[in-house]
Amino acid sequence: MSPPQRRRRTPRAAPRQEKPAPPPDGGNGQVPTRDPERLYVVTGQTGDGDRAELDLVTLIVTCADAPPSAQPEQSALLRLCRAPMSVAEVSAYLHLPFSVVTVLLTELLTAELVQARAPVVRAELPDRSLLEAVMHGLQKL
Amino acid sequence: MDFKSSETVPGPRTEDHLPHTTTAAVKIVIVGGFGVGKTTMVGSVSEIRPLTTEETMTQAGIGVDDDYGSETKTATTVAMDFGRISITDQLVLYLFGTPGQERFWFLWNGLFEGALGAVVLVDTRRLEVSFDVIGRLEERGVPFVVAVNDFPDGPRYPMDDLREALDLSEEIPMVKCDARRRASSRDVLMTLMRFLHSIAMASA
Repeated sequence: MSPPQRRRRTPRAAPRQEKPAPPPDGGNGQVPTRDPERLYVVTGQTGDGDRAELDLVTLIVTCADAPPSAQPEQSALLRLCRAPMSVAEVSAYLHLPFSVVTVLLTELLTAELVQARAPVVRAELPDRSLLEAVMHGLQKL
Repeated sequence: MDFKSSETVPGPRTEDHLPHTTTAAVKIVIVGGFGVGKTTMVGSVSEIRPLTTEETMTQAGIGVDDDYGSETKTATTVAMDFGRISITDQLVLYLFGTPGQERFWFLWNGLFEGALGAVVLVDTRRLEVSFDVIGRLEERGVPFVVAVNDFPDGPRYPMDDLREALDLSEEIPMVKCDARRRASSRDVLMTLMRFLHSIAMASA
């Protein structure tokens, strides 16, 4: 018996840009979540406001205490990030969608309550020493 | 969820905290069809219990299946499991197990663009579900290796036959693995890293 057959593709001339994540309200004011009202409050009403460039593995570190005016979600986030934590982990522990976390973080970054440590991405490669460090780390597993 | 008190949000165990010296993170994406073993692989090498990040997508957002004129918008929750491996006191590696359908990929900014590379996890019982994934990675120029997850009841093809069926060029590494085993999953990641290293050497 022979397996099914695929046909190879070639890279596109211009790499397609990732579309930005849609705003959590889907751009039409309707919040598609289990708890719509709450997310509306969390993310405020500026659905089309600028959001910080945050990757799933941007590391977030808290650098100030939560002000009394902070929302519960922001306080929880500030507590979580006392040790560095990726945006993905914040999303997981807070049980909030990635896009909602990026909105929360944008506010906290603007208020300088957290710092963001940008990830190393492939565009910055080739960095052989980085790759070698990862290989060395994996070998220790 | 209940956010009355931020004290109620369970964070990581103390031993799961990253050191304050951690300054940079990298990521690898493990991609494949449903049930192919992505989460198993993430879990077998992760130093933390695998976590889940979710995103919701609406029909309005990206044009999923027609809802036949229904008034209410449908929302789909897409989940992505991930794990973590500390490399040094400064560097941490994240592994994301990603659904194979491209329409999910843009929900998380730069999921593939920011990744070092990808592992395509293949199940020989349903080889064809990985065809589209591999094609998308080729189109996006994402470096990848192919790992064939060894299911006991799966058909056994010689690797050369699989390479031909998947129409992979000679340089793309292929490796058999048992995603349940840490050493085996680690070897898959090492295969990817050696491949990335060879690309970096060639372009230096």
